[in-house]
Amino acid sequence: MNRDRSLRYRLAGIEIFAILLALLFLAPFYFVLVNSLKTLGEILVDAASLPEAYKFTNYSRVWDMIRFPTALRNSIVITAISVAGIVTISSMTAYRLVRRPTRFNNLLFLAFISSMIIPFQSVMLQLVRVTSILELRGDLLGIVVCYLGFGLALSVFLFHGFIKGVPLEIEEAAVMDGCSPYGVFWRIVFPLLKPIAVTVVILNTLWIWNDYLLPVLIIGSNKDLTTIPLAVTRFFGQYTKQWDLALAGLAMSVTPIVVLFLLLQKHIVEGIASGSVKG
Amino acid sequence: MTKRGGKSGEWLQQLVFVGPGLIAFSIIVLVPFLLGFYYSFTEWNGLDLNKAHWTGMDNLNRIFMRDDKFWAAFGFTLRFTAVTVLASNLLAFLLALMLTRALKTRNLLRTVFFVPNVIGGILLGYIWQFIFTKGFKTIGEMTGWSFFEQPWLGTAGTGFWGLVIVFVWQSAGYMMVIYIAALTGVPKDMLEAATIDGAGYWQSIRKVTLPLIMPAITVCLFLTISNAFKMFDLNLSLTKGGPGTSTQSLAYNIYAEALVNNRYGLGTAKAMLFFLAVSLIAVTQVWLTKRKEVEA
Repeated sequence: MNRDRSLRYRLAGIEIFAILLALLFLAPFYFVLVNSLKTLGEILVDAASLPEAYKFTNYSRVWDMIRFPTALRNSIVITAISVAGIVTISSMTAYRLVRRPTRFNNLLFLAFISSMIIPFQSVMLQLVRVTSILELRGDLLGIVVCYLGFGLALSVFLFHGFIKGVPLEIEEAAVMDGCSPYGVFWRIVFPLLKPIAVTVVILNTLWIWNDYLLPVLIIGSNKDLTTIPLAVTRFFGQYTKQWDLALAGLAMSVTPIVVLFLLLQKHIVEGIASGSVKG
Repeated sequence: MTKRGGKSGEWLQQLVFVGPGLIAFSIIVLVPFLLGFYYSFTEWNGLDLNKAHWTGMDNLNRIFMRDDKFWAAFGFTLRFTAVTVLASNLLAFLLALMLTRALKTRNLLRTVFFVPNVIGGILLGYIWQFIFTKGFKTIGEMTGWSFFEQPWLGTAGTGFWGLVIVFVWQSAGYMMVIYIAALTGVPKDMLEAATIDGAGYWQSIRKVTLPLIMPAITVCLFLTISNAFKMFDLNLSLTKGGPGTSTQSLAYNIYAEALVNNRYGLGTAKAMLFFLAVSLIAVTQVWLTKRKEVEA
């Protein structure tokens, strides 16, 4: 049929346009990868051409210069512990806020939601002061506690919305069977929260992994805890215009989170869609 | 449900379930935020955190009377927010419209458009520094197009548009995901009914689709406005506020005041004004778009 044909052509046209746009989106990555394999001289002559020889010397040099293994380990440890803590604490808090809507708890929930609008800059200097007094600066525990504090609001909000839809009958049955309130939460309710927990994990992981200013303020002086964004920034501060090394460093720094995304993309995309619709 | 344990059991449960969250939230967010109201009226520097002395309205006077750079950063941030929010949402909506059609490469394309989003602003800024200064130069030499041959990041104008380009490139994919979820929820029969009534493609988008996806638009506008208004990482790694201070965002201006000039008190005062501005804009936007939401 004629109508079908024109529709097919239209779809093909849209597809070609979308693919071209996607290539444009990917172009920056092409520039990074291609030039990370060149010498600085080659880069300055022509930044678009393929390298003359595929050598990984830039990578091996910058690997040690930015102490990549240390930075990667720190990023993983800090992100993993913080996210695990956020999921545990915010799900417990949200559960209680839903099941016991006392005046205090309602007020607390309101405080959580309102706090989401506060820009980081509006608390960061006072936070430096508070964390110094509590001796939380400069170590792993300190940065994790900070991420717990900043990650709670959105996570409590997301769990709160989800728990409201969890039927009470299941819990009542468990109580009848002699289950303690803590047992009810951990054994009955928490497993039901898995879909929203995935969203909470993803949103917090992306944010914490890429965060820059908080680690600068809290662990900046402790070189053993340097995360990937800090290591890269320090490199750029020392070696300006050393693009051969810089691009290799950028390529390896970007890789872990991109690989993680590609592996989990289905969950990530669903998680983001469901996380935002709740708002 | 809680007959066992009685009152003391209730208290213990409240403590166990809410205690850790309440403590972390209080010491990290609540107390520092409230302290901000005090430190805004003090002279306080980063070298000796214990000493802050009350100076009354000095900081505010200084900001309102003699701090042109702060207001320049304010104007810059407003312009940046207006342009990026519009561009990012239009691009995202367009991508979502295309990628909800029956394309063969649909899933792959969705992935591609989303990828920039998982990389943080710091790394993206450095990557694009290279693209703008070296990549664009090469493309300019190859094509002869004057667009690429400008001194990218070297002037206030190219610095502004450079930040806009990277921000839109990064955020469009995220908003696309939200718009796709919303578009998938638009009932097919309503669109068909509009077509039967003689509505064209764009007309049915405007009259049927847009009103139905208003909740998603509210969310996307809220996210892009607040992210653009708070832009910092990208600013730091792409232009460092330069050339000069011509591309300083508000967040960057506050950072520089506090951590470069070591004026914590003044920085806090600016940061609290920043908070007021963010809240005002965000609340107004949500209020305006919420009014337009309809039921399917």
